[in-house]
Amino acid sequence: MMNKYNAIIIGAGHNGLTNAAYLAKAGLKVLVLEKNSYIGGAAVSREIHKGWMYSNCSYVCTLLRQSIHRDLDLSKHGLMIVPYEGNVIFGANGDYVADYPEETVTYRELKRHSPRDAAAMHRYESDLMRYAKLIRFFLLRTPADPTSLKPRDIKEMIFMGKKFLDLGEEGIYEFIRFLTMSAGDFLDEYFENDLVKAGLATSSIIGTALGVYSPGTAYVLLHHVMGDVDGAVGAWGLARGGMGSISTAIAGSLKEFGGEIRCDAEVDELLVKNNKTYGVLLANGEKILSDIVVSNLDPKRTFTKIINKKHISASLLKKAENFKIRGSSGKVNIALTGQPHFPSLPDQSLLQKGSFGFVDSLENMERAYDAWKHNRWSENPFIEMTQSSQFDPTLAAPGHYFVSCFIQYCPADIEGGWTEEKRLAFGETVINRISKYSPNFRELIAHMEIRTPHEIEDEIGLTEGNIFQGELTLDQLMFNRPFPGYAQYRGPIKGMYMCGSGTHPGGGVSSACGANSAREILIDLNLSKVNGKCVVPEEFDDA
Amino acid sequence: MPDSNITKQYDVIVVGGGHNGLICAHQLALKGKKVIVLEAEESVGGFAKAYEFSPGFSTSAVHTLPQLSKKLISDLQLDKYGFSSQQPIVSTLALDPCGEHITISADSLTGVGSKDQQAYKEFRELLNQFSKAIRPTWGKKPPRIEDRDLSDVMTFAQFGLNIRLLGKEKMAEFTRVLALPTQDLMDEFFENPLLKAALSWDFLVGNKLAPRSPNNAVLNQLLRNSGDLAGKNTYNTGAMPVAKVGLFINALVKSCQAQGVTISCNSRVDSILVAEQKDQGNPCVNGVRLNDGQKIHAPTVISNLDAKTSFKKLLGLKHLDIQFSHRINRIRDKSFVATINLALRSAPNFTGVLDPKSRLLIAPSMSCMESAFDYAKYGELPNNPIMEVMIPSLHDNTISPPGHHVLSAQVMYVPYELKRNWDQAKPTLLESILATLETYAPGIRSQIIASELLTPKDLESRFNVSGGHWHHGEFCIDQWWVNRPTYGTNRYSTPMQGFYLCGAGAHPGGGIMGAAGQNAAKEVLKHDQ
Repeated sequence: MMNKYNAIIIGAGHNGLTNAAYLAKAGLKVLVLEKNSYIGGAAVSREIHKGWMYSNCSYVCTLLRQSIHRDLDLSKHGLMIVPYEGNVIFGANGDYVADYPEETVTYRELKRHSPRDAAAMHRYESDLMRYAKLIRFFLLRTPADPTSLKPRDIKEMIFMGKKFLDLGEEGIYEFIRFLTMSAGDFLDEYFENDLVKAGLATSSIIGTALGVYSPGTAYVLLHHVMGDVDGAVGAWGLARGGMGSISTAIAGSLKEFGGEIRCDAEVDELLVKNNKTYGVLLANGEKILSDIVVSNLDPKRTFTKIINKKHISASLLKKAENFKIRGSSGKVNIALTGQPHFPSLPDQSLLQKGSFGFVDSLENMERAYDAWKHNRWSENPFIEMTQSSQFDPTLAAPGHYFVSCFIQYCPADIEGGWTEEKRLAFGETVINRISKYSPNFRELIAHMEIRTPHEIEDEIGLTEGNIFQGELTLDQLMFNRPFPGYAQYRGPIKGMYMCGSGTHPGGGVSSACGANSAREILIDLNLSKVNGKCVVPEEFDDA
Repeated sequence: MPDSNITKQYDVIVVGGGHNGLICAHQLALKGKKVIVLEAEESVGGFAKAYEFSPGFSTSAVHTLPQLSKKLISDLQLDKYGFSSQQPIVSTLALDPCGEHITISADSLTGVGSKDQQAYKEFRELLNQFSKAIRPTWGKKPPRIEDRDLSDVMTFAQFGLNIRLLGKEKMAEFTRVLALPTQDLMDEFFENPLLKAALSWDFLVGNKLAPRSPNNAVLNQLLRNSGDLAGKNTYNTGAMPVAKVGLFINALVKSCQAQGVTISCNSRVDSILVAEQKDQGNPCVNGVRLNDGQKIHAPTVISNLDAKTSFKKLLGLKHLDIQFSHRINRIRDKSFVATINLALRSAPNFTGVLDPKSRLLIAPSMSCMESAFDYAKYGELPNNPIMEVMIPSLHDNTISPPGHHVLSAQVMYVPYELKRNWDQAKPTLLESILATLETYAPGIRSQIIASELLTPKDLESRFNVSGGHWHHGEFCIDQWWVNRPTYGTNRYSTPMQGFYLCGAGAHPGGGIMGAAGQNAAKEVLKHDQ
């Protein structure tokens, strides 16, 4: 006799786990299936090299919703977010712009480069924060379907309209500009110093297959400032113990609510009968039954690999095939036996411990994008190097260090295909570039893990290794994420749902997709309220 | 042109005799206003005027008139003055270096596989539906959100209704497709790389957009697709031979004069005069000062020039609020198109082209287009320029000596701001354009008698347009409709009392369309009441 569950979640990424935890909290019997032998998807801590704990995919967090943190009691399950401070942007001439935790110091630092830019920073940050606050309203809400006339959708559209009207006419027009323009153009309106602009532009391209001068990248800036750490909006943090702590905390919560997780259980196919799902078929041939199946996989994988195409319409299949999920980022994780020294920074300064952006200039960043367009990597890519162990000593033994390097851009398809030789050459490019700024860096390396989009896809199952499960372009946001008509987490087959970052509100370790999806499932089951209280609240509590 | 009446008192001064300025003047004169149009050059017409670029050879910066509406032609009775709306329809040829060209016209596509042919039908239908849905907004002033009146509510409602009437599926598609980069859109529909590149041309031309740039290209195409001459005929731009463009402008002038509009050429406006209004204290315009120091007074001044030139050069930013000045400064108006005109001793021979009257596109693939853009975005010249070629003398033999011909091409991507000196770079650019032409039309070099290459900088100074942009500013989502040219002057009126905009920089934007001029006139009359 086979075991039957109320809900099966495919993939134990942080969104899948969140989804399962909420469903379990509402009393459902849930099972999370994970193809790897460990949970977490892209939010993992792994001891890749003995003695060093690697956050080998995602490496910092800001978007994790506070209400989810509370609802699932993640602190109790061991999650602790450590604020992360000190950010340095290196230019081609060896000079740098630093961002200090202390605002007045940052002001003086900016003034060193341009008094005008130092003055503009306040205006820039307050403008961006205004938009961030607007977007934050919608993170934990299910997007309305603008084509629908259902009362709930109309109500949601009115809610959205009201929030927009709160910006005022002038604000709305400014916001439209902001949504559609390029980060380069947007920054030009505030700043004059190239390095200041380049430093800010870094967050417009991380994980994005566009350049700083591509229209639409200004919005991506927002995606990196709309989070918060301990109520400080826009701040960034690290999960103590590595990003895997987030996943294990959510999994702990899930287990407490009675949910189950099975690793080494790759799902082969969604079982469908009469346009209704009844479970999943595992790669080992086992069938597990459930009337509800939630996919935490990216939309492309969900619709082209897990669901047999005979069960969906040709037009939907085309939408899935056209879904933009482009591999544009690489990752090099490095175990160090000592602290790297950056001679251009003051010794003993906080900056030596911070996160580094190797940009050179805006043009250099754009040229790296040009190389990506032609399926190459640039010899001078943009690298964001985070010295995680400086703020979280649990990652490495005393005197040892772990650094995470995020590289934009790295092509998913390279001329002639990825080979071991090319992968190593890519790693070499990164080390060479860092060594220019830190001469002793190379000799400190105990081990490094080089991940191109190819490795990320193979291991985690993100198509092309796209960290957001789909590009954050206007055509794939809000009610168009992942595709028009399917933004409310329900799939085309009865009982099938989506909960990955490919759904609204998109990528980042936010857990919001998983929570929103759980809300919709519970609404369909008439279980959305327990004791008169919403299991997954829709309101945004701090806004 | 007569200029003896110049010292008379006028109700309205129109600065700039482009087609929008003339149309605006006409509409105001029709309602009894005394109007004078001041044109800096020796003849009116702006971008649309025909001019001699080499002895015996004429051309116009405007090749095609896809946006012109039949209603405008009848409103201004242009047919009475020698301009008819019956235009020859030309098809577009996507040139292949080996002569395997693709012919693109409204209802047919030859030279590609059947799958692409089928896709083309769906593609055209989709775009036509979208243009139809947003077209009604072209003829109306952009609505306000705050302090809205009934007509604003109606405009929003009509826009919303039109989008709804597309149906559930198409409406959802509209919100998605509007933001798509050209490359993704083409990849979704077509297979043939040459076809994809050719169809991309109209989406991108003029703007700082390459095939991979999101958000703005589709809207640009919808604008081009919105006139009567093209509305039903996507990719069948109504080609306008140079003499016809001349007829259009001549007819406009006659129509204006018939309404009593004074047109004064060689009258370059130096600045707009501002007077303190005694009773209310608000400053307002009271006329203009010409280059020669002469002052002309009128309570209303309408500028046909782009917003940057109008506010910065003519009015002066000192009269404007700092936030508004900032908005004017940031209008994106740097053109990426150069124009080349060649005087040829005989007809050029494009390999394998049976109908040289067509619009010829030289853009081998979207990745070539992207590469050309990659140079320009850093202020460099593209190695392999892409271009739209017309041979207007085949449509009209009066523009060149017998047996001789004129070739005009729009060339992309040529930056406005070049890292090098333009004087040194121009010969390099000319050389690469000719080298490209030579591969498609062998022997063309030896046929050249004279050439004229106008870079965006040249276009800026010749046509008094900031950035050399023929639409007076990029046409894209953030500079469209309620954001055109920018907030604070998006409804033809400006923060300065009595000062209005009527050029392509105002809604609904560029192209030879005339709607901006017409809408502005309506607005002026309304404020008058």
